[in-house]
Amino acid sequence: MHEIGIASSIIESIEAEARRRPGAHFTAVGVRIGELSNVDRDALAFAFEALTRKTPLEHLRLEVEWCLRRQKCHACGEEFVVKELELTCPKCGETRGTCIGGTELDIVYLELEEPCEKA
Amino acid sequence: MRESVEKKVLSENDRLAAELRQRYRAQNILCVNFISSPGSGKTALLEKTLGSFAPGTSVAVLTGDLQTDNDARRLMRYGFPVRQIVTGGTCHLDARMVERHLNELGFRGPGLLLVENVGNLVCPSSYDLGEAAKIVLLSVTEGEDKPLKYPGIFHRASLMILTKTDLLPHVEFDPNLALENARKIHPEIEYLALSSRTGEGFDKWLAWLSTLQQKIRQEAPAAII
Repeated sequence: MHEIGIASSIIESIEAEARRRPGAHFTAVGVRIGELSNVDRDALAFAFEALTRKTPLEHLRLEVEWCLRRQKCHACGEEFVVKELELTCPKCGETRGTCIGGTELDIVYLELEEPCEKA
Repeated sequence: MRESVEKKVLSENDRLAAELRQRYRAQNILCVNFISSPGSGKTALLEKTLGSFAPGTSVAVLTGDLQTDNDARRLMRYGFPVRQIVTGGTCHLDARMVERHLNELGFRGPGLLLVENVGNLVCPSSYDLGEAAKIVLLSVTEGEDKPLKYPGIFHRASLMILTKTDLLPHVEFDPNLALENARKIHPEIEYLALSSRTGEGFDKWLAWLSTLQQKIRQEAPAAII
């Protein structure tokens, strides 16, 4: 259950961003999570909600992009999604390859409203 | 307005881990990070490993647990510097904890730093500690399908060690099936099987460590004149 730690790290990043932009109102944060990252989406949403409750970030939406494991074939360079642990290249049958996706744990974007300039 | 951020969620941990990695490289330290379920035999493996080293060998241990210093007390008997990291409920070690305890331990390379993570197959796999290798332990009293249930750690570990092999005659555990499952997740994962109780397989384990240590030594930057 390290989703609380992960949620805290996300919140710390947003707070750092908030200090750089006084007055900005953050509405959403986008994160990318890979299926091999050992992070459970629901537990993360729960932790995020619990940690932001009654704070200035209370209404911030957490938007999760879920990333499947992807592999790049060593022989033909084909990039494919690994389904049911099948690492064999669907194009040429090679079994050796490099993992190119599925371990993501990234903050991708922030949505914010800047304060209106005084006329 | 949407603004691109593109940073790792654990970027602060990654930054500290990179500093540790640099320090290990500069001081010629081989650091390995042991990860397994509770009770798979991490401490027993470390005890037997420390017991095989000659007095004066440059080796230190950091051992993590939620509570108690029981493991550190077990490991201190071998005469090498050992420090317990009590996480107080946190389910993994992070780079900051390792840095702080390493400083307090005052260990300097060249040498071997063995880090025993908190018993947990999930969370420790997300936190880089600057180690040269993650080592995942699986004991024969667990299920052969553990690699399939916890793919994250088997994907990241360089080596899988099957422990408690002396119990194989008494349990229904198929080592080949366990390895097959691990290689479905990570085809290149290395594999060793051993018993910390009887010492079976230990020669290969110590040879594995020594080979990695030699490799680190060869890659180390030339001494500053």
